[in-house]
Amino acid sequence: MNGILSFARRFARNRAALAGVLVLLFVGAMALSAPFVYPSDPWDMVTMPFVWPGEDAEVWLGSDMMGRDLASGIFHGAKVSLTIGFVATLLATLFGTLVGALAGYYLGLADTLLMRVTELFQTIPQFIFAIVVVAILTPSVTNVTLAIALVSWPSVARLVRGEVLALREREFVQASRSIGMGDLRIIATQILPNALGPIIVMGSLMVATAILTEAGLAFLGLGDPNVMSWGSIIGAGRDALRSAWYITAIPGFAILLTVLALNLVGEGLNDALNPRLKNR
Amino acid sequence: MTNVLLVNDLVKHFPAGDGRVVHAVDGVSLELDRGETLSLVGESGCGKSTLGKTIMQLHAPTSGSVMVEGREITRLPKRALRTLRRDLQMVFQDPFASLNPRVTVGRALEEPLIVQNQGARKERRERVAWLLEKVGLPADAAGRHPHEFSGGQRQRIGIARALALNPKVIICDEPVSALDVSVRAQVLNLLADLKEEFGLAYLFISHDLSVVEYVSDRVAVMYLGRIVEVARREDLWARPLHPYTRALLDAAPVADPSRRRARRPRLAGEVPSPTNPPSGCRFRTRCPIAIPRCAEEVPHLTDARDRHMVACHRAFEAGTFEGGALAERALAGAPATPRPGGAVASSPRSIATARL
Repeated sequence: MNGILSFARRFARNRAALAGVLVLLFVGAMALSAPFVYPSDPWDMVTMPFVWPGEDAEVWLGSDMMGRDLASGIFHGAKVSLTIGFVATLLATLFGTLVGALAGYYLGLADTLLMRVTELFQTIPQFIFAIVVVAILTPSVTNVTLAIALVSWPSVARLVRGEVLALREREFVQASRSIGMGDLRIIATQILPNALGPIIVMGSLMVATAILTEAGLAFLGLGDPNVMSWGSIIGAGRDALRSAWYITAIPGFAILLTVLALNLVGEGLNDALNPRLKNR
Repeated sequence: MTNVLLVNDLVKHFPAGDGRVVHAVDGVSLELDRGETLSLVGESGCGKSTLGKTIMQLHAPTSGSVMVEGREITRLPKRALRTLRRDLQMVFQDPFASLNPRVTVGRALEEPLIVQNQGARKERRERVAWLLEKVGLPADAAGRHPHEFSGGQRQRIGIARALALNPKVIICDEPVSALDVSVRAQVLNLLADLKEEFGLAYLFISHDLSVVEYVSDRVAVMYLGRIVEVARREDLWARPLHPYTRALLDAAPVADPSRRRARRPRLAGEVPSPTNPPSGCRFRTRCPIAIPRCAEEVPHLTDARDRHMVACHRAFEAGTFEGGALAERALAGAPATPRPGGAVASSPRSIATARL
């Protein structure tokens, strides 16, 4: 309990990270409130096309070329972006941690095999790889999430392997072995809890990357055609970029803000979780 | 059978990565009697800790055998080894690294009992409280994390954990070398009290001769992966037979400014690399009395008198050291050349506590 409190205090000392948390909470609130604030489908035509922001109080962020409410799109898109970002990161972190922990703990043949596979994945450019996977699997929220998880786990695996390599030689791990504790129990109760800090930091930054990747896929038309995401609004707005730049700029700004906030939070977590910087 | 731990010809080699092999432990045999403290001394890098961890099965031995209470524990399947581990426990060197920072002290002490399926939850809790009391820590320590304790207190926690399974033998790997001098005596006295109460046997690994002189019944001297001399503490201090033991004892500082040390030639050179140990006797490259035979023939531990074992070709020769052969003197029971300026501990506890 004390540890959590002192961690919160260290984290709160970093104003930028705190601002990041506030922005994220706001985006999260947008996502959660979308069905209530904008109960109608964001795909519905509700007004004239090309209503500029501020022109009409009914659609305060304006409308796109089909007369759809941009504000509704931003709210519903927040849900899609955040869901995909967090779920993909969770999957990638779980899988990467499993692979990294086994490789780092057992070394030898297991390490060689697992790490060669990891490197194989790392050699393929992430975004191109994600495009290929989505193109093969057909675009849907589930498949986009899986594709993003599939391209992002290797970096987690490498990080975790390194942490486990360092921790497995520590005396408390040897002490656990000397009381007869089994390997899996040692990994789960002794090693991984001590590697959690860096994993959490990497995870928070990975959410940002995942959101960007999702937006990129949607921009290229590889998003789920049935849900409106920030990327798909940008993708649609690109045709009217010269006459109505606000259609791309508004969701673009939402992405910028969210990714920036996640990076600030990641930095803050890094500082707060890194014991060497505790007194900074 | 009186020995609780019997190590026979234990070998631990590590691959050095470039195809060469580090001969960390090379054919070590020793036995530990019930309730006895056997100290293992030697310079850094001589393989003391590796020997301890290999006996503990934290490193898989390259060859050789380790018997605890007459049962072989090397090359066992994990499950079979798990139950045998109860009899053999370890106290680690660094009290800051040997406790998981994320686990409360109570949990750390309960873990051995959980892993070994001992007792229900309530009994385990009681056992934890009892352990804390035995090592002199307050009962509320159970709910706290290791970082809230000092080095000495943490080492007490480490000792309590080693004690949790009622072991017969505890390997103490430099248990006080990371501690402030002021708390060393407390921890050493705690170990002594526990030994008496529970009839424990210690394999006490240390490079600090003043500590070894204080805690040991017998002492084994290790050089470059091999044991060169084993004797009862008084015997070793009074009549060291191996030239390395003599050099080691001479090098120990004497805490008495009024006694001047006699100037005796110091050991020259460095410890050779364990990847490429010298042929024959490993000490010959630094030995002041080496002869050609030492390069050709490996000296084996030989009983000089009454369990005073030495591995040196020249220990039994006449005129090896000033005033005649060492072993002959030992055999004759004559007082050996007194260690220059060295006080032979008459009352080890008082000397050690005074020093510490």
